[in-house]
Amino acid sequence: MLYINCPHCGLRSQNEFAYGGDATVKRPELNREISDQEWDNFVYLRKSPRGKHLELWHHISGCRQWIKVERDTSTHEIFKTYKANEAIE
Amino acid sequence: MSQDFRLDNVGMVNREKKISFKFNGKKYFGFEGDTIASALIANGVHLVGRSFKYHRPRGFFGVGVDEPYAILQLDRNNERDPNIRATEQEIFEGLEVKSVNCWPSVNFDIGAINNFLKMFFPAGFYYKTFMWPPSFWYKIYEPFIRMAAGFGEASIKHDKERYEHKYEYCDLLITGSGPSGLASAYAAAKNGARVILAEDKPRFGGSLLTSDVNIGNQTGVEWTEKIIAELKSMPNVTVKNRSQVFGYYDHNMLVMSERISDHLPKTQKYLPKQRLWYIRANEVLISSGSIERPLVFGNNDTPGVMLSSAAKEYMKVYGVLVGKKPLIFTNNDSGYETAIEFKKNGVNPVILDTRSNPSSDIITEAKNLNIEIKLSYVVVAAKGYKKVKSADIAKISEDKKELFKIENIECDCICVSGFWTPSIHLASQSGNKSKFNEKIDAFVPDKSKQQENTIGSANGIFTLEETIKDAFDKGFDVSNKITEKNNKVSVPTVVEKKSTVHDKFWCVPLPKGKSYKRFLDFQNDVAVSDIELALREGFRSIEHVKRYTTLGMATDQGKTSNLNGLQLVSDIENKVVPQVGHTTFRPPYTPVSIGAIVGREVGKHSKPTRKSPMHSWHEKNNAVFVDAGVWLRPRYYKQGNEGLFEASKREAKNVRQNVGVCDVTTLGKIDVKGPDAAEFLNRVYTNAWLKLPVGKARYGVMLREDGIVMDDGTTTRISENHYHMTTTTAQAANVLSHLEYYLQLVWPELNVNVVSTTEQWAGAAIAGPNSRKLLMKLFPNLDVSNEGLPFMGYKEADLFGAPAKIYRISFSGELAYEINVESDNGYFMWEKIMEVGHEFQIQPYGTEALSTLRIEMGHVAGSELDGRTIPYDASLEGLVSKKKDFIGKRSLNRSAFTSTDREKLVGVVPIDKTTSIPEGSYIVKDPKAKLPNPKLGHVSASCWSVEYDNPFSLAIIKDGKNMIGQKLFAMSPLKNKTIPVEIVSSHYVDPEGKRVRS
Repeated sequence: MLYINCPHCGLRSQNEFAYGGDATVKRPELNREISDQEWDNFVYLRKSPRGKHLELWHHISGCRQWIKVERDTSTHEIFKTYKANEAIE
Repeated sequence: MSQDFRLDNVGMVNREKKISFKFNGKKYFGFEGDTIASALIANGVHLVGRSFKYHRPRGFFGVGVDEPYAILQLDRNNERDPNIRATEQEIFEGLEVKSVNCWPSVNFDIGAINNFLKMFFPAGFYYKTFMWPPSFWYKIYEPFIRMAAGFGEASIKHDKERYEHKYEYCDLLITGSGPSGLASAYAAAKNGARVILAEDKPRFGGSLLTSDVNIGNQTGVEWTEKIIAELKSMPNVTVKNRSQVFGYYDHNMLVMSERISDHLPKTQKYLPKQRLWYIRANEVLISSGSIERPLVFGNNDTPGVMLSSAAKEYMKVYGVLVGKKPLIFTNNDSGYETAIEFKKNGVNPVILDTRSNPSSDIITEAKNLNIEIKLSYVVVAAKGYKKVKSADIAKISEDKKELFKIENIECDCICVSGFWTPSIHLASQSGNKSKFNEKIDAFVPDKSKQQENTIGSANGIFTLEETIKDAFDKGFDVSNKITEKNNKVSVPTVVEKKSTVHDKFWCVPLPKGKSYKRFLDFQNDVAVSDIELALREGFRSIEHVKRYTTLGMATDQGKTSNLNGLQLVSDIENKVVPQVGHTTFRPPYTPVSIGAIVGREVGKHSKPTRKSPMHSWHEKNNAVFVDAGVWLRPRYYKQGNEGLFEASKREAKNVRQNVGVCDVTTLGKIDVKGPDAAEFLNRVYTNAWLKLPVGKARYGVMLREDGIVMDDGTTTRISENHYHMTTTTAQAANVLSHLEYYLQLVWPELNVNVVSTTEQWAGAAIAGPNSRKLLMKLFPNLDVSNEGLPFMGYKEADLFGAPAKIYRISFSGELAYEINVESDNGYFMWEKIMEVGHEFQIQPYGTEALSTLRIEMGHVAGSELDGRTIPYDASLEGLVSKKKDFIGKRSLNRSAFTSTDREKLVGVVPIDKTTSIPEGSYIVKDPKAKLPNPKLGHVSASCWSVEYDNPFSLAIIKDGKNMIGQKLFAMSPLKNKTIPVEIVSSHYVDPEGKRVRS
C-alpha cells in the first residue's frame, strides 16, 4: 500500500485516496474550436509510461483536495507531491 | 501418565499442567506449552498423514513454519480449521485434530495404491493423462481431480470467530526474535526508537533456545529472558509473540498476523481469534533466521526422517526424544550439536558425516563424548514403511559418485542436516534482488529497494559473535537515522563453539540396480526423477519446472525443498545455481486464514449501512427495505398479505388518485456557493443556468467529457450566490468528486465552493393531486397556490416550528413538492405529514411505486442513464444548449453520436396488455430469425402502469423516433419468453406534462 504525502495533510495511506489518472492532460479551453483529433487526444489517449509519471490523486477520505503525485510506475517510488495548481518542477 | 519419549527435567513445557487432546479420535496427553507435534512424539506417534500424490505415510519433518508433512484438520468450538501445522499449533484442553488426505484412516489408506502405481504418475501426469477425449473433462476428469486435490476441508458454515485489523506505525519493525532480532531491538530501543519486535513462535529467542552458547556471561535462554523483560518494560517497544510478519508490501507496509486465541480452548470474550496488523515501518530489520536444508537419499520421506535442528528443538524446548536409536546424517557441524544433545540425554547416536576429515570444537566435543562418527558415510535409503526401522548406509568415494560397503544398520530416526538456507522471503518480497553466496550455497539479500536490512542468519551470517555485533550495530544505525540520540549500548561478549565448513554434497547417488524415490519436495511428492523428467521434456526456466512438477508449491511453499531443487536443475544443466535463479517469493510467507484477511468486514459490516432519520417509522410501518447504494430505502410498505406487486401498485395508484409521501433523504445534495456559482453550473450542466432567478429550481443533466450522461437532478437557486444541487442516490459521491476536479484543477479561477449536505437534510416527496391541499394544512401561513409557489418554485417556511425548505419539483409526474428539514427534524416532519395527510388519504410509497410512477411518465433514471447513453438516447436532447460550451459538449459531435439510427428511448406495451416484459429483454423484428438475431435494442425498465392497468416498459431501441407504432417482439432468452409488443411514446401518461404544472 502506497504512502502518499498529501501536501495539505502529510503522509497518509493509499486507502484514503482515489486515483485520478494522468495529471499532465490539459483540458482544452471552453468555446475554442478544436479538431476531432485534438479532442480525441484529450478524452481518450493516455500515455502509459514505465517510470516517472505525474498523476492525479484525490484525497477523498481526507481533505478532499486533488493533488499531483510524481511516481515511478514500475517501482512505486514517489518522488514529490504537489498541490493542485502548484508549479511542477 | 507414561510418555515413553518424554525426558525428565528437560525442556520448557509446564509439567504442572497436563492437557488432554484427541488425535484421530484417540485421547492423548501433553503438557502446557506442547505443540501437537511435540505431544504426539512424546507419545511415540509419528504417523500423522499421507502425502499428496502417492499417499505415502507422513510423520514430522520440522518443528515450525517450514513443516511440509504434518498438516492436520482442527476442530475447535465446533468449527473446522484446515491445514493446521502440527508443529505450530499448541495443544489446549479438548483440542481435536485429525489426519487429512487419507481414507479410511491414516493407518490404512486406500489411496496408497498410488504409491505402487507411481510409474503412472510422473511429473506433469495431469497434463498428460487428462487430455483425451475432451468429452471426459466435465463428468470424469474434473470431479476426479477435484476429489484428489488439496489437503484439508474448509468449513462451509459461517465462521463465528472474530478477526480484527489493526493499523500501526513504528520507527523500526524487527521480524524474528532470535539473537539478531533481540540484539537489534535492544540497541534501537535504547536509542529511543519506536520498535515492534515480532516473533512467530510462542517463545522468544529463536536459535538461542536450543544452542549451547553464552552471551554476556549468561546462557542464551537467560539472556533472551533478560532482554525480552527489559524490552517489554519500555514504553517505546511493542513485543509480540505468535505473530508472523508474512508480507512486505510497497512503501514499507508490512502485514503481520497475530494468533491471539488459536492456542486457547475458546476465543476470549474481549479478544479476537486473530488480529491482522498493517504496520507502516520507517525501517525494517529482517531477522527471520534460516531453515535447515534436507539431504536427499532413498525413501527420505519415511516417518522418522527429520531435520536435525528439529530433533534438537524437540529435546531442548519440549523435552521430547524423536527416537532412541538416532542416526545423524550431516554434511556440516549442526548434526553434531544434535548428536551431543542426544548423548547428554542418555541416548547413543551414530553420526554419518559426508566429509572425509572435518575438525572443529564441536566435532572434538562429540568425539570426547564417545559418539560414534562415520566419516565419508551416507545414508543410501531409509527402510521401514510407516516408521524408520533401519537404514542402508554406505561409504562414499571422494568424488561422491561411488558407494561402497553398503550395509544395513538399525535405527528409529534419521536426523538430517544439509546446512542452512537463509529465509530471504521478506527481503525478496520488498523488491530486493537476492545474490547467491557460494560459501553457504544459498541466496542472501542483495541491495535494498525499500528501507530494509537483513541481519543474522537470514543474511547468511552463521556465527553468533558476528551476528550479535552486526545486529547491535544495525539496530543502532537505523534507529539513529530517525532518533539522532547517539545512545549506543555496549555489545556483550559472546562465547560459542567454533564450527568448520560444510560439505557441498547434498544428494546421495542411487546404488546400482536400485530405484529408490529420492524426494526433494515432501509435500507434493516431487522426487529427483520428476525434475530429471521435466528437464528431459524440455522445461528449462525454473518457473516452468516449478509449475510442471509442483516443486515448491502448496502450503509450505518449498521452504525445505527450493534450494535442493535448484541445485539439481543446475547440476543436470551443468550450470551454477545463480544462472538458474530462484522462483519468485510472494506473500504470504506462511498461510493466513481468510478470516484474518477479511477482518470485521463480513456480512452486514462489509459496507456501512446508512439509514434515513425516518427509518424507524418505516420499520414500524412494515416497510420492506432495499439496498440503494449504502442506504436502506423502503421498497414498499406491506399491508396484510400483500406482496411486492400488489403493494407497489396500491401505493402508486394512491399517488395518482390522492397523495403519497416518499422518503427522498438518500438523494445526493450538494451546496454550491460563491460569486461564480452560476457560471460554474453553466459549464457543468448541458442547459443554460446564468438566468435562473433566486427562488427557482431547474432540472439539469451533466455529462462526462466523453459525452455520456453522468447524472441528472434539480438545482435550486437559494440566494444570489448559493445553489442547492441534488444528484441521484447512486452518483452522489462521484458527482462531488467531479465538481471538485473541475474547481480545483481545471477552473481554479472560479470562486466557488462545493460541499456535500446529503446527511444534513431529511427529505420527503409529497406527490399526487391532493398534495397542495396537504401543503396548505402543513404550512397554513404560506401561499402555496399555483401562482405563489409555481412549478419549479422554491420557498422557505416553518413546519410547526421546524425550519423547512419547499421545492416544487416532481419525479412522479404528479403535482408534487419536496420538503426538506434538518435531519434531526426528519422524523417529526414525517409524522406531521402522515398526521395532517390522513384526511387526504395519504399513504407512504416506496422505491418500487416510485419506479412505476417515473416509468409510465417516461422519466429516465439509472437504468436508462447506464453509462452508455448520450442525451439524445435518453430523449434529453432538448436540454442540450447549442449556444454555450459545457463539459462533454465537443464529444457530442462525434460521428457515432450524431448518427441518425442511434438507439433512443421509447415506450413498449405488450399487444395482449397482460404479459409483463422482463427487464433486459431484447427488442427484435422477427423472433424466428437465424441466430444471432439482429437486436434493435433492449428493455431498460418495466412496470405495471397504474394509469392504464396494463404492463408498460421503457426501451432504448435503434432509430426509436421512427419506430413508434411498429409491432415488434420482446425476447427474453433467460426467461424463455417471446412477447409481441407495440412501440409507443415513452411519455405514456400525461404527455403534455399538465399535472406537474396544475
